[in-house]
Amino acid sequence: MHQVLFIIFGLICVGGAVNLLVQRHPINSALSLVVVMGALSLIYLLLGAEFVAAVQIIVYAGAVMVLFVFVIMLLNAGAEERTRGSHVALWVGGPGVAILAGMIVYLMFRNDQHFNPVRIGNFVQQPDNTHSVANSLFTKFLLPFEITSVLILIAIMGAVVLARRES
Amino acid sequence: MTAFIIAAVVKILVVVFLMLTGVAYMTWLERKVVGHIQNRWGPTRVGPFGLLQPLADGIKFILKEDMIPDAVHKGLYILAPALALTMSLISIAVIPFGENITVNGTTTPLQITGVAQPGGHPTDINIGLLIILGVTSIGVYGVALAGWSSNSKYALLGSLRASAQMISYELALGLSLVGVLILAGSFSLRHIVDTQAGSWFWFIPRWYIFPQLIGFFIYLMAAFAETNRIPFDLPEAETELVAGYHTEYSSMKFAMFFMAEYVNMITVGCLATLLFFGGWHGPLFGPPLLQSLLPVFWFSVKIFFFMFLYIWIRGTLPRFRYDQLMAFGWKVLLPLAIANIVVTSLIVALKA
Repeated sequence: MHQVLFIIFGLICVGGAVNLLVQRHPINSALSLVVVMGALSLIYLLLGAEFVAAVQIIVYAGAVMVLFVFVIMLLNAGAEERTRGSHVALWVGGPGVAILAGMIVYLMFRNDQHFNPVRIGNFVQQPDNTHSVANSLFTKFLLPFEITSVLILIAIMGAVVLARRES
Repeated sequence: MTAFIIAAVVKILVVVFLMLTGVAYMTWLERKVVGHIQNRWGPTRVGPFGLLQPLADGIKFILKEDMIPDAVHKGLYILAPALALTMSLISIAVIPFGENITVNGTTTPLQITGVAQPGGHPTDINIGLLIILGVTSIGVYGVALAGWSSNSKYALLGSLRASAQMISYELALGLSLVGVLILAGSFSLRHIVDTQAGSWFWFIPRWYIFPQLIGFFIYLMAAFAETNRIPFDLPEAETELVAGYHTEYSSMKFAMFFMAEYVNMITVGCLATLLFFGGWHGPLFGPPLLQSLLPVFWFSVKIFFFMFLYIWIRGTLPRFRYDQLMAFGWKVLLPLAIANIVVTSLIVALKA
């Protein structure tokens, strides 16, 4: 059951990602990305990471992609033109993808015995992994967490300054 | 296993039926109450007190011609109302409305996704609240895509307003709930309700509205904006935009947007009840049968109060201007919500 669900959502995920590239209209591409996000969050759920799954939906599908769609609607972007694609991308990208996939598969097989199986429905139990995420985020990784937040804040302020520059 | 599946299917059917009936009679109540506020009678012709009006409306919606304008983006145009209604209906799956119920020896919790435990106390998904927030945020696509795919200026303006407004108020909405989460220490809706059992000094119920009064009002205002209701109904402002994002829709597709809006209102009422008003807790008395039904009754009464509040405010307040709406969301509600979190967590930390 677990494996069947994983294959289904994995296929949806890959299908959405391919559709994202194939579609010519930006809004269709953005919606395929939403599908990818949704399928990813379900895969997180299968991994027993229910908090990450919910946050994936709320932050990426619910906020970031809504902004994308909003901007596409606001600018009224039309269909893209198709180009032949560059040779560099073909000759470097193809082998690159193959090497990356090979490395991931190799690492997975090498660390096979370290993975713990999870059961669907583990997340009904009360001592949950939301607490463990919070504990590690606010004790062990407090400094990196805060620094990242400040970095994002600076980026937002930079964007506002650039956008509001007056002549 | 079979008993579990049968119980689950029965619960889903009953809850969806009750929800849709509630939506239908919500429209009746709204027309009646707003009518009386404005010194009119509201619907009176169909059935006693116009009680069959929702049925007549439903038949009218189904029998009307379903027009699809020529220049629309057809796939998304059809997808949008379905998305809006589906997402609004999914969120009731995680809402608990009582403790266990026992029928023919099968004990099942009064919640679609609840799990009965041998000890008697049921458990539910420990991210229930996050699921509701996530599903409502996906519901924005219904509104946004409706306006865009209609290929009409009014509809596009309406959905642009709707998506900007919903993104802005979602922040304040989420932050206003953090105070309650800090006090309860869990995302599980059942757990949050359980921590509100009992009372302070024997007469004040332990509802989170008392320690979280500011959080409650922020939630209420942000939720009104999320559901596009007066005084935040800019996306469908009929004086400016004809009907906003659903201008080009007719027949059942139009009705689906309305149903989605009303289901969302009921969800907001449920969430406010669960988080701030102690859920199904209330005085219990009488014979055992009455005692087992009273929690559901209290829960419905509290939701009814919020539904009435929606209508009352609609009959009372005028609409905001768009810049006022944005300024209110970003400059008043958001800082207040953050201040509320800081003060709440400080007090919790000092008491610990």
